[in-house]
Amino acid sequence: MNGVHDMGGMHGMGPVLPERDEPVFHHRWEARAYALVRAMGAFGRWNIDASRHQRELIPAAELLRMSYYERWLAGLRELLLQHGFITAEELASGKATPGGAKGTPALPAANVQAFIARGSPASRESGCAPRFRAGQRVRARNLNPVGHTRLPRYVRGKSGTIGRVHGVFVFPDTNAHFRGESPQHLYSVRFEARELWGEAAAATDAVYVDLWEDYLDADRAA
Amino acid sequence: MKSRHTHPEHDEHRMPSDPALQVLALESILVDKGLVDPQALDTLVESYEHRIGPRNGAKVVARAWKDPAYKARLLADATAAIAELGFGGLQGEHMLAVENTPAVHNLVVCTLCSCYPYPVLGLPPVWYKSAAYRSRAVIDPRGVLREFGLQLPEETQIRVWDSTAELRYLVVPQRPQGTEAMTEEQLASLVTRDAMIGVAIVQPPRTGEPP
Repeated sequence: MNGVHDMGGMHGMGPVLPERDEPVFHHRWEARAYALVRAMGAFGRWNIDASRHQRELIPAAELLRMSYYERWLAGLRELLLQHGFITAEELASGKATPGGAKGTPALPAANVQAFIARGSPASRESGCAPRFRAGQRVRARNLNPVGHTRLPRYVRGKSGTIGRVHGVFVFPDTNAHFRGESPQHLYSVRFEARELWGEAAAATDAVYVDLWEDYLDADRAA
Repeated sequence: MKSRHTHPEHDEHRMPSDPALQVLALESILVDKGLVDPQALDTLVESYEHRIGPRNGAKVVARAWKDPAYKARLLADATAAIAELGFGGLQGEHMLAVENTPAVHNLVVCTLCSCYPYPVLGLPPVWYKSAAYRSRAVIDPRGVLREFGLQLPEETQIRVWDSTAELRYLVVPQRPQGTEAMTEEQLASLVTRDAMIGVAIVQPPRTGEPP
């Protein structure tokens, strides 16, 4: 979706403000919110793409106003409701409904390190040959899906060069909507800064973007 | 602590406006329902506050500086090379190391969200997740670097890596001069989080300090 989360190249967002000796979490509730997202994610009822998309769906004005972990919290609440982990009544009352459904076993503390160490690899085995090879010229398709995509607006329609062929990975555009993983080849594509931003950009500079096969066409003009 | 921006009239679930209270309420519901073990939350928080952070990445970089064979492995297969030091997993399942040289400077961003290599750098700082950094790193990397106090020569090629997929990037900064006699541990102490994102370079040890 062409949301405000897709920020590459926008102006008006102000200066970058690094904080000296920044703590990992600024408030205990941020730490708790982070941990809740992970602990509930461990059930495997949704995936990282669905979870990202849920945060993208926060109305633009709200999204820009909210802090990072407020967005995580809002996204988590929606996912918990959608997947039946909690009810709107419970959210409203702040209490579990007496006699309501109890859950499957929670992630136990003893399994947390293993959960972190295992992660959730997004690569998939496939005998499918890549359509593009390193050094080949490609053009990012001008796609504007209303759903989730990881094709940033600033590269759409732009031409670049395949750098690395990363292998086969889960495709977020379908996975985010539980329409299957559609595994396909993923590439690192080099775009010259001037191709993206015009002649004012430095001729020496480039942006590398990881793009799936369905985002790309061979650049026949090249 | 009050949330800075709340619009209770839009809050369809009538959750408390203060996110601290919201989280408290949500945790209590989930614990009541047997969906969350509060000790697991403690362990998760503790892991990212104390165990998983940029000191891990600094060890990787110092090893690469010290051991050319390790550096070659790191640049060829970063996930495996980082696993040799015991780091990996969540948000570092697929790693790529990019090396700074006198000719090339690398900078990492996630324009679409906040992707960041947790196992080697921990959780991202607020500025990395900010709209300002995410919007500007790709269109004005030199301006962003100047704000971090880093003025690169015009002829230096800047490569910005936008983490749009599940690949996570670690910048291997240039080893500063005057560090030839240093041990791996001493080298690691020079390597900063910002240098491994690419918004800083690693400074040589100040003269007068023990190597």
